[in-house]
Amino acid sequence: MNTTVLRAGRVLDPSRGVDEVADVVIERGRITRVGKDAGRDVTGEGVREVDATGLWVVPGFVDLHVHLRDPGHEYKEDIASGLDAAAAGGFTTVCPMANTAPVNDTRAITETMVARAAAHGGTRLRPIAAITKGLRGDELTEMADLREAGAVGVSDDGRCVMNASVMRRAMEYARTFDLLITQHCEDHHLTRDAQMHEGEVATRLGLRGWPREAEDIIVARDLILAERTGARYHVAHVSSLGSVRLLREAKSRGLRVSAEVTPHHLTLTDEAVVGYRTCCKVNPPLRTEADRRALIEALADGTIDCIATDHAPHSPLEKDCEFEAAAVGINGLETTVPTLLALVEAGHLSASRLVEALTIAPARLLPDADAGSLRVGAPADLALIDPGRRWTVTKDALRSRSHNTPLLDQEVAGRVLLTLVAGEVAHELRTQ
Amino acid sequence: MSGGFHHRHLLGVEGLTATDVLHLLDTAEAFFAVSRRPVRKVPTLRGKTVINLFYEASTRTRTSFELAGKRLSADVVNMSVAASSVKKGETLYDTCKTLEAMQPDVVVMRHGASGAPHFIASRLRCAVINAGDGMHEHPTQALLDAFTIRRAKGRLDGLTVAICGDVAHSRVARSDALLLRLFGCTVRVVAPRTLLPDGIESTGVEVYDRLEPALDGADVVMVLRIQRERLEGALLPSLREYARTFGLGPRQLAWAKPDAIVMHPGPMNRGVEIDTTVADGPKSVVLDQVEAGVAVRMAALYLLAGERRGEGDGVHEPASEG
Repeated sequence: MNTTVLRAGRVLDPSRGVDEVADVVIERGRITRVGKDAGRDVTGEGVREVDATGLWVVPGFVDLHVHLRDPGHEYKEDIASGLDAAAAGGFTTVCPMANTAPVNDTRAITETMVARAAAHGGTRLRPIAAITKGLRGDELTEMADLREAGAVGVSDDGRCVMNASVMRRAMEYARTFDLLITQHCEDHHLTRDAQMHEGEVATRLGLRGWPREAEDIIVARDLILAERTGARYHVAHVSSLGSVRLLREAKSRGLRVSAEVTPHHLTLTDEAVVGYRTCCKVNPPLRTEADRRALIEALADGTIDCIATDHAPHSPLEKDCEFEAAAVGINGLETTVPTLLALVEAGHLSASRLVEALTIAPARLLPDADAGSLRVGAPADLALIDPGRRWTVTKDALRSRSHNTPLLDQEVAGRVLLTLVAGEVAHELRTQ
Repeated sequence: MSGGFHHRHLLGVEGLTATDVLHLLDTAEAFFAVSRRPVRKVPTLRGKTVINLFYEASTRTRTSFELAGKRLSADVVNMSVAASSVKKGETLYDTCKTLEAMQPDVVVMRHGASGAPHFIASRLRCAVINAGDGMHEHPTQALLDAFTIRRAKGRLDGLTVAICGDVAHSRVARSDALLLRLFGCTVRVVAPRTLLPDGIESTGVEVYDRLEPALDGADVVMVLRIQRERLEGALLPSLREYARTFGLGPRQLAWAKPDAIVMHPGPMNRGVEIDTTVADGPKSVVLDQVEAGVAVRMAALYLLAGERRGEGDGVHEPASEG
């Protein structure tokens, strides 16, 4: 089908400051017209017409931080199931992290991932390769090669580059090739055997604590290094109010740094762990209400640039066990919309800022400016959302191979009905 | 037995009310006499099966549970699982299913991971007693401590209790503090700051840096065991310095009330956290604690296995279960 028209939806496109009822016309994979009644005369045979009345039409979401477990841990997720889950959640571009097996630290692995994604189709996959070989924190990867193979950034996610000298050189080298360098900020010396946020709840549960300072210390150090090196430095999954404070200060001085926050850190606290709920065991850990409020405020005012899910699928083998043996991670791709619409509903975040943080804000951190916008001429990557649609997060309702979410079997509001990538259907909700 | 004990499991002091605790202690009083008779056995739990599932080495707690079960005429079997073989071997989930198939009435579990008994309790049809989980809880220890205190002091309410030592890693301290707070006791903890957990104040205990003010006016002095592992990870510079600054000797004990009692969950490191003369002195109730342990565990087994009315009887589970 060459032409699609979405009629009379609420078009939310923060890249152009648009929030209005309008039509969106798509021809040959690109957006050709946007505006009130822009699609009035687009009709007839071969035209796919969608009544978007009462629905949101948004640019496809961009996620700078997912784990698709492929290659290496396909029993948890693979590129096909991960991209399907992404499309079901409204994401049209996802950036898988390098902690695969083998680690994505060489051109061959990056190319394999890109090829597998291309073979599957749907949501676009743009890998983030490793900063150091084997994520070991000592030798740099061949970043020029990785970039040519399709990597859009580098990160040792899951591991922090602990050695300040290595991190400095990594920033300098990444800057040379204009690669985003994303740090998983965790001073591992402070988090040995840690299970959850250090504080009253951890003390009550008898679980070893994970202090905020483990994150803050690395954020502070890296901001100092970023200032010196001029690198495009990005803080992964900010979880603490201390990091927020440091980022705000750095940005006020004009540093080229950015940050992301996950839906779970915006909506849950360490109290969610009570009952030894392994589905809420995550790195960085869920922290306190004060942290959560600071994160929401920082997202609202732009101190935190964007939302990233840190989608971390696991099988029951890693989660249906005692808390200390459980793996860290929460699935995010398919529950982002209902999770975050609740924040909009509660008045903590505007709808346009939410969409911005999921679309153009992360897209700006990618090497080209194509994603995250509904401007005329852009590839037709978009999502159609029913913000009021209630559904239950059952295993059957999820496309991911993993059902690793605290929302499992809960009823939520807000669902993605249709996702297009370059005008092609990547996801369409069939029921009802 | 009036009132009844409306819990399916005994996973922690958290979730118990003062009434529950008193019911357990009163039941334990009735069983206390059994262990002092010439024939130390009653037929109460004949035909019931108790499995002691111990993932951590334990001599006294396991023996105490074993004796408690046997004195109630239950069939008691011990399963000791070495922690190292667990890593290669079956998951806790599979162990649960295996145990289930053996149709036990009570599983008594000790495990190095906090919350492990809660995990199996949510997956087993039988009752589960937590015999110590990680750094979380050790409810029967708190109950036997309460039993011992009540016998020595004639009451539990309104006492001042000083807990000295490695509170951060102690499940005993957590359970004791929770229980004593139920009875309006003033609970003080005293230790080097490296051995105090974050947010401990919010649990309602008072924190002290020095022994003298912590012991001043105390009715009960509880001494915790210092483990050698604490020398790693820069928690303590030496046992020598710990003994000198936080060890309980006669001079320190004089700061407490004249009729204060001294408790220790064992095993003791004589000369480290407790001086030999104090451990063997007239104020020490350490061996009373051991004797109380059997009675309290008989009470717990009886209330969970003996009074059970089968499945779906409407008994509610503690809120801490996941």
